[in-house]
Amino acid sequence: MRLQHAIGARSYVFRDLRDLMAKASPARSGDSLAGLAASTDEERMAAKLVLADLPLMTFLDHALIPYEADEVTRLIVDTHDVQAFAPIRSLTVGGLRDWLLSDLASTETLAATARGITPEMAAAVSKLMRNQDLILAARKCEVVTHFRNTLGLRGHLAVRLQPNHPTDDPRGIAASLLDGLMYGAGDACIGINPVTDDPAKLAALWRLLDELIARFEIPTQSCVLAHVTRQIDAINAGVPLDLVFQSIGGTQATNRSFGIDLALLREARDAALSLKRGTLGSDLMYFETGQGSALSANANHGVDQQTCEARAYAVAREYQPLLVNTVVGFIGPEYLFDGRQIIRAGLEDHFCGKLLGLPMGVDVCYTNHAEADQNDMDTLLTLLGTAGVNYVMGVPGADDIMLSYQSTSFHDALYLRELLGLKRAPEFESWLQAMGLIDEAGRLGTTRANTVLPKLTSFAENAKL
Amino acid sequence: MKTLPDEVRDTPVIRDSWGELRRFTDARLALGRSGASLPTREVLAFDLAHAQARDAVHLPLDAAALIASLNADGWPVLQAHSRASERSAYLARPDWGRRLAAESAVLLAELADKFAREINVGIDIVIVIGDGLSSTAVQRHAASLLAELSPLLAAFALAPIVVATQARVALADEIGELFGARLTICIIGERPGLSAADSLGAYLTHAPKIGRNDGERNCISNIRPAGLPLRTAAIEIAELAHAILDKKLSGVALRFDPNDHSLTQSSAPAG
Repeated sequence: MRLQHAIGARSYVFRDLRDLMAKASPARSGDSLAGLAASTDEERMAAKLVLADLPLMTFLDHALIPYEADEVTRLIVDTHDVQAFAPIRSLTVGGLRDWLLSDLASTETLAATARGITPEMAAAVSKLMRNQDLILAARKCEVVTHFRNTLGLRGHLAVRLQPNHPTDDPRGIAASLLDGLMYGAGDACIGINPVTDDPAKLAALWRLLDELIARFEIPTQSCVLAHVTRQIDAINAGVPLDLVFQSIGGTQATNRSFGIDLALLREARDAALSLKRGTLGSDLMYFETGQGSALSANANHGVDQQTCEARAYAVAREYQPLLVNTVVGFIGPEYLFDGRQIIRAGLEDHFCGKLLGLPMGVDVCYTNHAEADQNDMDTLLTLLGTAGVNYVMGVPGADDIMLSYQSTSFHDALYLRELLGLKRAPEFESWLQAMGLIDEAGRLGTTRANTVLPKLTSFAENAKL
Repeated sequence: MKTLPDEVRDTPVIRDSWGELRRFTDARLALGRSGASLPTREVLAFDLAHAQARDAVHLPLDAAALIASLNADGWPVLQAHSRASERSAYLARPDWGRRLAAESAVLLAELADKFAREINVGIDIVIVIGDGLSSTAVQRHAASLLAELSPLLAAFALAPIVVATQARVALADEIGELFGARLTICIIGERPGLSAADSLGAYLTHAPKIGRNDGERNCISNIRPAGLPLRTAAIEIAELAHAILDKKLSGVALRFDPNDHSLTQSSAPAG
């Protein structure tokens, strides 16, 4: 396979498919840190021009990370659906972009071909797409999932209520929970990032959420984002747990750095399924990802960070997840330097996930050492709203006091609803209306003449571990 | 004819009635809203906190002022610089912040050699003060922390303090190796959060040398007057230093509970 392109007198030669993919990537600090990025803008364009003419079939014949060396590659190859791939098998990467943007690629067609597209194909085409292409193509995809409510319907936006507290204080957590519910957030799930790793304290957090959801009959699901082994132990100990969470990456070695492999995820899913806690469906896995994790674990095999990220989605889709989100700006400026890189990565991740058939959400976020601010997050949030993102995070005032980063707030979700007319999960919306928290149009009531606030306040004040 | 709206006399901000719950958490609860959006006051409060965090990251450490106050406390001080020439390079390339600039390495090697001949005993500890991700924290608290720490380390042979700029934690490994020290204590500005931009971290590494990893260090974090107070932090650092030099190891293999003074070596693998 000769990968080269002449521009004027200069001929650019690319060593292999990994080299080509990395150099075709829009510039970002993580690929420079890894020593993989194009050294000039012209070299980057040469790589894109070669990539555009590459047949999609190439990715089936040439694994970026060897089959023998990596169980994620084996998963991608072994689960590739040849029938689903048939309609697009003759296309080049550039042709795939044209097809995605054409009327031929309808919502139904995209759902039917999702299993025929490998993560590397998705990553490759995304490198040729402008931000507007990533938005428009993602918007055509509709990925609906169920546990106790219906997530991902077109025209809907859900919110993960994230009531973290730096010492896992139950009243502190419950206070943030109340704030979120009063602002109409929490349909994607109520998910706590715990500080503790102590099984007894974790169990108390699951019970707190279970009691809240049961007592107020909230059509949503709970999650405590501990390590997956802790969650399996909790299930075996009879703890009332709804969703199983795990951070995942796109290579076997990245996953090993997280202390997991594919078999462990299978075991966790089977354990949670045995509880039969979903009322509308059994989509119960929740995965988080993010560009840069493979390099951070010294596990990228010379593959660029966006392609590694797309490979993580192959892991996710093996387990029929309810929720998947990229935590796009959390990792820091050595991977995504500024608002521009974070915005681009957020759109790429959302597009690739949706194209592969995942219920994609995005943690629109940044840290204080990244060259980004609230305005950048507003831009990304608005773009993702137009792209049809399944859910975003809801953190009181956008300030996560446990994880020390800035995510999106309950207000941010209201802004997006107001701007784009996006609705909550239907079951959750009905519950909020029954509680008197929102009106028939889904807007927060101006008079808080509801009966649930005193009861929720009492719940928060009496919360104990 | 157009009709003007009535004069607005009261703020249209919708207030939240559950503000009392803020006693349970520092989270930004019950902020109220203007329509669906944040009220002006809350937007500005957030942006102020972010501005302070950014300043902590980007304002250069005033090394001269820090050195002057350390000298006034009787500390001999040396200066060093990492391979990251300026802040944006530092942020994009953590690997550069972990290694000394060539001229710093040469200079420190000479001074270390000279110092070793002068004191004629092996050096136990090198204390490195690095700007890290918060010059604010270092400027405000480093000298005071060292003043608390000084009497607690009186039993040890200390190298001069090294004030290092554009520094990551691992820069102290190279410095400690140049001095042939048994232990480095790296006091460094932590990544600022919105609620606190002035936290120091202290990282202790036994037998420092280039290439040590984070699992081989012990860390005490959130050192600031409103977090872990300087005096308490100094006691914890000193106890940890004694323990590491006694057990000749640091990191996950060392079980250290500041409330339990009977140190035990872990038999379990690092978790």
